[in-house]
Amino acid sequence: MTMATATADPILKVDGITVDFDGFKAIDNFSMTLERGQLRVLIGPNGAGKSTLCDTIIGRVHSASGSVTFNGENITNKPEFEIVRRGICRKFQTPGVLPSLTVRDNLAVAAQRDRRWWTAFQIGAKAAEARKVEDILEQIGLTERADTLAADLAHGEKQWLEIGMVVATEADLLLLDEPTAGMGPNETSKTAKLIHSLLGKHAVLVIDHDMTFVEELGGKVTVMHQGKFLKQGSVAEVRADPEVAAVYLGRAKE
Amino acid sequence: MTKSSPFRHAWILVLIVAVLAPMLVSSYNLNLLGRFLSMAILAVGIVLIWGEAGILTLGQGVFFGLGGYSIAMYLKLSTLPEGSLPDFMEWSGVMALPWFWWPFKSGLLALLAIILVPAVFAGIFAWAMFRRRIAGVYFALITQAVALTFATLLTSQQSTTGGYNGLTGFTEAFGMPLGTDQANRTLYWITLAVLVAVFAGSKWLMATRYGTLLRATRDGENRVRFLGYNTTPYKVVAFMLAAVFASLGGALFTLHAGVVSPAFVGVVPSIEMIVWVAVGGRKSLWGAVAGALIVNFAKDIISSALPEAWLYVLGLIFILVVTYLPNGLAGLVEDLLAKSRRPAAPEGALVEEGK
Ligand SMILES: Nc1ncnc2c1ncn2[C@@H]1O[C@H](COP(=O)(O)OP(=O)(O)OP(=O)(O)O)[C@@H](O)[C@H]1O
Ligand SMILES: [Mg+2]
Repeated sequence: MTMATATADPILKVDGITVDFDGFKAIDNFSMTLERGQLRVLIGPNGAGKSTLCDTIIGRVHSASGSVTFNGENITNKPEFEIVRRGICRKFQTPGVLPSLTVRDNLAVAAQRDRRWWTAFQIGAKAAEARKVEDILEQIGLTERADTLAADLAHGEKQWLEIGMVVATEADLLLLDEPTAGMGPNETSKTAKLIHSLLGKHAVLVIDHDMTFVEELGGKVTVMHQGKFLKQGSVAEVRADPEVAAVYLGRAKE
Repeated sequence: MTKSSPFRHAWILVLIVAVLAPMLVSSYNLNLLGRFLSMAILAVGIVLIWGEAGILTLGQGVFFGLGGYSIAMYLKLSTLPEGSLPDFMEWSGVMALPWFWWPFKSGLLALLAIILVPAVFAGIFAWAMFRRRIAGVYFALITQAVALTFATLLTSQQSTTGGYNGLTGFTEAFGMPLGTDQANRTLYWITLAVLVAVFAGSKWLMATRYGTLLRATRDGENRVRFLGYNTTPYKVVAFMLAAVFASLGGALFTLHAGVVSPAFVGVVPSIEMIVWVAVGGRKSLWGAVAGALIVNFAKDIISSALPEAWLYVLGLIFILVVTYLPNGLAGLVEDLLAKSRRPAAPEGALVEEGK
């Protein structure tokens, strides 16, 4: 490990997490620390356990052992909506937009701060939240499409919309699971720019396979393999690493 | 849901005709219309729970029955001489009024029961189900089981519920003699007023943030959960409202029909209620009201001509609608209007659960 991992005040600490699916260890004693406002890229071959790690952080999958600490608070195995309310939001691997709502309503649902049901009996969003929605529309480049139903968006636009929704929650930590899946090169580099524009305000964990995209993103890379931590370092370091190459080549040979 | 421009004000005309209906149609037809408008009140509730929240329930007959029996128990007791029991109880040798009949000596309590009993029952039931994330087919089957149980219970407790024949033989309601033209007109207008209130309230509700959240939950409950919402109370409220609307419909129906019986609360009637809304269009309030009226008038015509045929026709209608008109007649009308205005609009959203 060449980079210093320990900063004084990490936003997320994953410590020795193990996830067991009926005897199969999808995650095996995995640890990782994310810094506030920074980018981290998590890579690894298919089935490495990347999505499962996200699921565990967000409370969708329960870990058998280990702990997740967010902003100094232990959030291991808490219900998902409580974890989200503390400031972690996740984009799923398959786009999780709400198809029969307009693009704007998708963002409005995400942007709403007060999520208690008994305050929902009002028409229209709060002014500040409405303004935020317009800002995000701008940021994700969907202003023109604001009144389109999410179902009618192109695949790439759906991905951006979902990134926008995640951003709209104002979470401190965003987990983006394969944000470029199914995108062409142009859209991919647009996505990289979008992610860069989020840093500082949000810590972002990006999961991806696509090495060109990872290179374009830059930042620190963590490599996972068969549920275990394999390597961590800059894109160049990880690229040059023989173990990482073996894991990816091994997969290519299959 | 979007009202197309040429028809934006059509509702005013519809409402005027509806208000004037007692002057326009025979008293037999007015009575039918009154019954079917009562059913339309229930249908509006199905739009909320099934159309908006995406939760199929096959137990609306239960709530229809709760309303119907509440008002019927009051009607039975209110005209009874001091110290005597409803006729069917005396025939079966019941000596004292069963405890659950007591509150219905009071008209006010009976009216409260029409709203509170289904609300409380639906609230507890839905909370227990949705909190444990029971959904989809499982939820539908459980509601169906409840309908079956309720109907069986009513039938088996002959001496205290009137059994298979239910409760009938009402002579007056809140001091108004029933069966006169005057009474029929009054009941009709009350029913229409309740329908308009329920309709307008639902329309407003669908425009609120609550409505948006309900549709969002239908589209992708997990996505909504991972945006930090607890979706359970949103769904519970929708189920409770649908139950209360069904109960109001059941109470008004009983007043129009002069009878309530297990035949209105069991599995088959509960499925029929879903068919009304499927035919009309489950995402449209107008569609649901139209569906309730069309299917029930059809039922009236067909079952007086060929009494055996109705259930087959009903099944056929359901299959045809599900196959060819997923958004019912309202969806068809909307598509036709969209086509006449501009060439080929994109098809509306399909409901799918996000990962
Ligand atoms: N609910 C589950 N039950 C059993 N096994 C599971 C479950 N979810 C995931 N797995 C298994 O756990 C392993 C890790 O899966 P995961 O989806 O986390 O991988 P991934 O790194 O995200 O892969 P990909 O790059 O293909 O998205 C896989 O072998 C998968 O089959
Ligand atoms: Mg994955």
